Amino acid sequence: MDAIQIASAIFLVLMLVFLFPRAKHMFFNSPKAESGDWNAALLPLVGVIAFVILLIWLVSQ
Amino acid sequence: MNNFNPSISTTSTVSINKVLRNTYLLLSFTLLFSALTAGLSMMLHVSHMVSLVCSFGAMGLIWLVLPRTAHSAAGIGVVFAITGLLGFGLGPILSHYLSLSNGPELIATSLGGTGIIFLALSGYVLTTKRDFSFMGGFLMVGLIIAVLAMVANIFLQIPALSLALSSAIILIMSGFILFDTSRIINGGETNYVNATVSLYLSLYNIFVSLLHILGIFGGDD
Repeated sequence: MDAIQIASAIFLVLMLVFLFPRAKHMFFNSPKAESGDWNAALLPLVGVIAFVILLIWLVSQ
Repeated sequence: MNNFNPSISTTSTVSINKVLRNTYLLLSFTLLFSALTAGLSMMLHVSHMVSLVCSFGAMGLIWLVLPRTAHSAAGIGVVFAITGLLGFGLGPILSHYLSLSNGPELIATSLGGTGIIFLALSGYVLTTKRDFSFMGGFLMVGLIIAVLAMVANIFLQIPALSLALSSAIILIMSGFILFDTSRIINGGETNYVNATVSLYLSLYNIFVSLLHILGIFGGDD
């Protein structure tokens, strides 16, 4: 284990310390999804997955 | 009863358009500035430790300085400092990929891919005008889980987990682009400095993760 790995771990743990209160607040205070909201969000995300697969196929040719 | 007031609605729309325009303008300048600092970092051959120190510095600015300066002119300087540091920190990663025979192609593909993902997702939100604020909690929980898994993988060193994490980060950050853009157009985010930093971080993480994935599948080492 070198210094870079230890410093990276410290960096990520610090990030967690800062992120956790905000995540907790957002999780309990975000508005609830209405009918069709998740479908509308998943559609572009599926598009992103397909696009990344296309890029992987292009660079592996 | 109809409470519609055209003057209030017009003022609100003008204000939202102004936030959106300023956000995209500042975002484009910060991306150019990042590219400059990344180029400088590659020229100076900075080490991975310097890159990590830059990330620490950027995180410190985001969490400790930006909340105090976001509503003043100093906020713009802080945004440039954050994006400059993150760009400078990219130097060693870019140098590593440039040392591969198809490195420039991988970097160009990642950069173009990130741009297309951003334009497509932003266009989707701007066209549909849907409110994606309900995703906030889920995205933050996803991010926490991903960061926890990253910490574990520093010690475990599992290549498949590393690949899965890069894929997860691309999806989470794509979700954040939907979330942040919808907050701007629905009036949830009125500060273009904060909006710029949020969108920049999403783009930065998508680019780095995409480069990692393409490096695994398309790298020649």
